[in-house]
Amino acid sequence: MSIHVLRFTTAGNVDDGKSTLIGRLLVETQGAFEDQIEGARRDNERRGGHGIDFALLTDGLKAEREQGITIDVAYRYFATPKRKFIIADAPGHEQYTRNLVTSASTSDLAVILVDARNGMMTQSRRHAFIAHLLGIRHFVVAINKMDLVDFSKDAYEKIRKDFSDFMNRLGGAETYCVPISALEGDLVTESSPRMPWYNGPKLLELLESIQIDELANKQAFRFSVQLVSRPPASPEFPDFRGYMGRVASGSIRVGDRVVVLPSGARTAVTGIVTRDGRLEEAFARQSVTLTLADDLDISRGDLIASETQPPQPHTEFRATLCWMNERRLHLNHRYVLRHTTRSVRAIVNEIDYRLNVNTLERESPVSELQTNDIGQVRIKTLQPIVCDPYNVNRQTGGFIILDETNDTVAAGMIQA
Amino acid sequence: MIKFRDEFTKSIGARLIVHRNEDAIAAGAHPLKLGIARCCGQLKTAALLHALDKYQFDAAIGGARREEERSRAKERVFSLRDAFGQWDPRRQRPELWSLYSGAITEGETMRVFPLSNWTERDIWQYILQEQIPVVPLYFAKERLVVRRNGALIPAGEAMHLKQGEQPELLSVRFRTLGCVPCTGAVGSCATTLEDIVAEAGAAKISERSTRIIDHGANTMEDKKREGYF
Repeated sequence: MSIHVLRFTTAGNVDDGKSTLIGRLLVETQGAFEDQIEGARRDNERRGGHGIDFALLTDGLKAEREQGITIDVAYRYFATPKRKFIIADAPGHEQYTRNLVTSASTSDLAVILVDARNGMMTQSRRHAFIAHLLGIRHFVVAINKMDLVDFSKDAYEKIRKDFSDFMNRLGGAETYCVPISALEGDLVTESSPRMPWYNGPKLLELLESIQIDELANKQAFRFSVQLVSRPPASPEFPDFRGYMGRVASGSIRVGDRVVVLPSGARTAVTGIVTRDGRLEEAFARQSVTLTLADDLDISRGDLIASETQPPQPHTEFRATLCWMNERRLHLNHRYVLRHTTRSVRAIVNEIDYRLNVNTLERESPVSELQTNDIGQVRIKTLQPIVCDPYNVNRQTGGFIILDETNDTVAAGMIQA
Repeated sequence: MIKFRDEFTKSIGARLIVHRNEDAIAAGAHPLKLGIARCCGQLKTAALLHALDKYQFDAAIGGARREEERSRAKERVFSLRDAFGQWDPRRQRPELWSLYSGAITEGETMRVFPLSNWTERDIWQYILQEQIPVVPLYFAKERLVVRRNGALIPAGEAMHLKQGEQPELLSVRFRTLGCVPCTGAVGSCATTLEDIVAEAGAAKISERSTRIIDHGANTMEDKKREGYF
């Protein structure tokens, strides 16, 4: 998809007004349709409410509507003339930390909702911390319910300062704050005569204008082989052998020297083939077939990388692990680790510490990780994986762990 | 639609397998007789589950998108179905980065939705950009329809006109294709791909509003739980 798409995640506590904000954004940008809005109104009236409960637009499951809570990440879409947006809406409940981890993994920006009456609470810190941990470097703090604090500049400034201090501690992130009333519409898509002291952009303007660095193209070239292409001989291709996959990062030109890992064999790219013909150069996110100068033993899961900036094969490494399943982590149990297009047998042999996501303190010693726990662990794999540190490259630094039921039980980020 | 399907698969040299619930068809399955939920259950869900089982497929790839409907907004790209083809939203696997788990055990199957994050407008922009052939029903044309519960239902052979219903010749097109008489048309003059892209960008009513099967007591979530896409 094009770079004009901004993928963002939204995090907030149960009553911070997150659904109201998303509902308003959707309705005011025509990302929600009249019949769906009408449906939400009917559902609300059936429950004895009045008007539209925006949460009913986004809570897609019966169980969610019955219990009035959001259980699972929901994806929502809207567009303005400037940008297309994909919202990965993460539920705010404590037990659903894993949903925020999931939604943040594919997002470039996080909108953190804060109730102006409560200020920055433990949960707000936790949301920001997890989003930052997953590599998000652009934050919009929406200080909501300004109508309930008389649109007080002081209340806003206090929270803004608290948040800025906290984000500075995390480091490397760009943070914007905007005072809003999602319920009454102030500074979401419309300006607010009630907050004349605020001269900054409205929330939607921020979302439309924040520049997301196109890091993926500037990074070192990484290409995980999905499939080896050996079509039957034809006059045009008497003996074709190509490696199909998606450019995870960087770019590649015909003639570039590359290294194939984990074998370490070196060769050069002789062609970049696509359905629409041959290319001279391919960029991050493009799916292409590469042909190489030498006949090498290459199969699915191998990584073709820049010869000058190669990643390293590892069988032992440290990682930050987010545990996502009710079945807890067992040390030295055989799991499957899936990284890029490669799957290897792996064990977790030590937990260095567990992160208390509320206090950000490191707890040790610990002997297990349970659902929603985040910890630093040591992993051993039976076959090498070829990786970069997660903070350098999200595509080659992230992995998932499957147990014997094939369930994804954890997500991990490789450390430097 | 069926003519297009047959010709297109032939032109690309693909092997087309058609599987229908012949018993239900022989018994005269029709929404007026069975009700919409049961008719759908027999002709769509049961036929799909039989076919998956008969050919022992591990996965079925579908074009469903999260934007279409609120339970589909919660769907995974790799959606796990149990031995009965059923969807359990609480048993779905987390999907991070571009890492997916398509692994299954005996009896389980996968439904895979590669277009999950596309919108109706994305689809039509892509069709325009790549000049992909589509079923002519997507383009506006004067067609005979009847108004029923606010929907414009095609007045074809399979249609049983109710008392007082009067077919009209209107310029209409279909945003989504399904069975007669459970899929309505929309009034439209969009005769080119450019027109459709413009219409998709300005739509005020959701794409599937004309799919009568989405409404009523048997919701999309219920149907998904029973084994539908």
